[in-house]
Amino acid sequence: MARTFSVRRQSGFATVAMLCFFLLYLPIAALVVYAFNAGTSIAIWEGFSLRWFVSAWNNQQVVEASWRSLRIAAIAAVLATACATLAALATTHTAPYRGLTAKYAFINMPLLVPEIVTAVALLVFFSRVKLWTGYSGLGYLILAHSAFCVPFAYLPIRARLESMDASLGRAAADLYATPLQIFRHVTLPLLWPGVFAGLMLAFIISLDDVVITEFVKSSGQDTLPTYMLGQLRRAITPEMNAISTVFLLLSLSLVTVFFCLSRNRKKES
Amino acid sequence: MKRRLGLAAFATGLLASAAIAHAEGELNIFNWGNYTNPELVKKFEETYKIKVTITDYDSNDTALAKVRQGGHGFDIVVPSASVMSIWITDGLLLESRPDQLENFKNVDPEWVNVSFDPGRHYSIPWQWGTAGVVVNKTVYSGDPNTAAIFLDPPPELVGKINVIPEMSDVMYIAIAYAGGEPCTSDLAVLKKTRDILTAAKPKWLAMEYSTIEKFAKGDFAAGVDWSGVTLRTRMQNKDIVYGYPKDGYPIWMDNAAILKDAKNVENAKLFLNFIMDPVNAAMISTFAHSASGIKGAEAFMPEEIKTAPEVAIPEKFKSAGKINLACPPEVQELYTRIWTELRK
Amino acid sequence: MTDVAKAGETRRRNDIRDRWLLSAPALTLIAIAGTGPLLIVLIYSFLAPGSYGDVKWEFSPNGWFNVFLSRDIFDNTVSLADAHYTIFWRTLRLALATTVLCLLLGFPLAYFIASRPPGSRSIWLFLITIPFWTNMLIRTFAIAEVIRNEGIINSLLMRLGLLVAPVQMLFTDFATLVGMTYVHLPLMVLPLYASLEKLDFRLVEAGYDLYASRFGVLLRIIVPLTRPGIIAGSILVFVPALSSYVIPLVLGGGKNLMIGNLIELQFGQGRNWPLGAALSVTLVLVVMIAVIFYMRNAGEPGGRAHG
Repeated sequence: MARTFSVRRQSGFATVAMLCFFLLYLPIAALVVYAFNAGTSIAIWEGFSLRWFVSAWNNQQVVEASWRSLRIAAIAAVLATACATLAALATTHTAPYRGLTAKYAFINMPLLVPEIVTAVALLVFFSRVKLWTGYSGLGYLILAHSAFCVPFAYLPIRARLESMDASLGRAAADLYATPLQIFRHVTLPLLWPGVFAGLMLAFIISLDDVVITEFVKSSGQDTLPTYMLGQLRRAITPEMNAISTVFLLLSLSLVTVFFCLSRNRKKES
Repeated sequence: MKRRLGLAAFATGLLASAAIAHAEGELNIFNWGNYTNPELVKKFEETYKIKVTITDYDSNDTALAKVRQGGHGFDIVVPSASVMSIWITDGLLLESRPDQLENFKNVDPEWVNVSFDPGRHYSIPWQWGTAGVVVNKTVYSGDPNTAAIFLDPPPELVGKINVIPEMSDVMYIAIAYAGGEPCTSDLAVLKKTRDILTAAKPKWLAMEYSTIEKFAKGDFAAGVDWSGVTLRTRMQNKDIVYGYPKDGYPIWMDNAAILKDAKNVENAKLFLNFIMDPVNAAMISTFAHSASGIKGAEAFMPEEIKTAPEVAIPEKFKSAGKINLACPPEVQELYTRIWTELRK
Repeated sequence: MTDVAKAGETRRRNDIRDRWLLSAPALTLIAIAGTGPLLIVLIYSFLAPGSYGDVKWEFSPNGWFNVFLSRDIFDNTVSLADAHYTIFWRTLRLALATTVLCLLLGFPLAYFIASRPPGSRSIWLFLITIPFWTNMLIRTFAIAEVIRNEGIINSLLMRLGLLVAPVQMLFTDFATLVGMTYVHLPLMVLPLYASLEKLDFRLVEAGYDLYASRFGVLLRIIVPLTRPGIIAGSILVFVPALSSYVIPLVLGGGKNLMIGNLIELQFGQGRNWPLGAALSVTLVLVVMIAVIFYMRNAGEPGGRAHG
């Protein structure tokens, strides 16, 4: 440990990293503070109160929108990451074949297109489908979110795969492992950090989406960002800060659970 | 979801929620965000045992685009007067004859025979207000009732002005200031308007919607804004005054209407009738700090709202205001060009 | 001989077939709910605008004409569409600056995380993404709160005596840049981390054995080895940054638009869908060319050195 540490050190990098964390959390701290504001403003402090947490909890529209946002993000992130992992396997460690570049470009297409454009296109297309099938559930939003999350999951996974050694897989194949076994026991464990990074990216990207959701949603399908967008023209109250604080707590508790799990696993092994 | 103590209260709550769960029907309302008073919805749900779902939109154009494409599942929509004629001529609204509903008698006569929906065959008033100028009087103490506040600002205000990025309202005020009529296609007037706007823009600080905090805290000292928003701002900062540009300012009205492909037409009619009851209309207006189009609603509105100069237009400024209507497409195109040029 | 060659050929064919099968889910998903419907936009760019938004189903080259050229509404002269070029150029500049800033901040950050003990790395990664669990709009408002005139930064600097009067940061291109860097930082850090975590430190050690300086090792060994991550991160930042929408409105003040806002304006208040569509197609084409060019120049050597 000590030996590799000196090799790994780059002067100033830790300082920059700490600065980044500080800057990342500075606005978040301001946001959390105003969640406890007694006044109606997100920028004028009028004393401590929990009223906005109570008001958010009692606001059925907000609670439903939050729950919907989380659900869509979770499903879309898993779907997108699964598709992206397979696609990444298919596009790395290979001699160029016909259509490889096209495939690569196609997978990254959703990145290239401004949201409003995809939004309008999906509005036109999905509306037709809604009329034909009569189905107007959450499926459309999940599909749309999964699609634009694919490149966000794909790129880190592919980057990880590319810097991985292909010979391990070949060695396993020489030992008569089936492709599925190779994936399960060799590739996936090595690929995991990439998959994990991709999954998290896809999740936060889906959680944040406004424009596409605004155009694709049907009746009663507001997510937290579209609910918030509607408030932009009038007054934004600390209710939004309160919800965001709850989301932060949620993510923090996830980290804690994850941390404990990984510690236990280490102890077992 | 309030936690209630006491068995009786608990039981009542249970019954009420059970009643809603077994409601006879549904109603899907597509409305501006943060515009539908939750108390109003609750009251309607409890009175008629109908489950109401609110979905938000953020602009007239988004709402129009979504409904035009179909498959949306909404029953009621609340378009502004400035786009109402588009909704009607495109055949998106049901001619539900709200003028024959029982409570229609409460509609203020001034708002019955409106040009965008003559005789109210499609829609009823939701609420109305104006767009005008805002000034912090401690920064500038001159007359606020002129568009010069943002189009030819006094030195005190330079660099502290915010203009809401709402093309039709801002163009309306600017054209009136340049001496033209709303929706004019007179190129001389438009050229003058463009020159005034381009010359003024460097003196502005921002063009954004969320202004209440920034006016209250002093980031902005003047600008263009809506009446309801300004009233809320003034409640936070007493130095804010709302001005009615004397050369002309737009009046907006949002109107509730039933969609042609609505699935719950009868419930929607119940709702329209419901919100024409002055008590309920007052709930709408109080929530968004705007004026009601229903006679007698004032009686149920708080004093600070119904008498506010932002809501009750002072007599001497009344004549300068006109309802903002849709301009013909070729005029609209000219406006867009000027607007794009302005924001490049 | 021919049998072996034939077997090899079959294996190669099967491999390619498998690869298509593997990528099928992603391709189908994107075709249905991502890129496929964009054909609609391409078609729209050749139609006439509808009376109030939407399109009329008749051919019109005006959408494309107006992207590049503009006919003066007052004297009918044709000139370059100055407003569009200005907006495009501002967008490009800001997106590039965002990418560079994200890389400068994100690389040390990702390196820092990758050099933590293995058990705690995921925790550090989580710490990067936690701020993004908050709602994007409210987060943008929080950033505005930090950099406004009476905000945290200005008051801190004034209390320290470094400033006499507050610096106007909010509602400038600088504020847009800060916001865009903030929002896009994880998109840079995560792929960089995925690449750096795999870094073979024996190579770094070898560098030191050859008396390379720390900076020399960084530049000659570490950076080339993590090139795939740098490329992935740069694309993930640059491309979405180009179509930023909320940040230029809230932090930049909405006075000076970016291309995303311009396109939205045409689909929204401007009610000129064909122009919006043509602008979008132009943007997509420009970005695709830029990315392919970037991949050609930056992608090859790194991939080979390591593969």
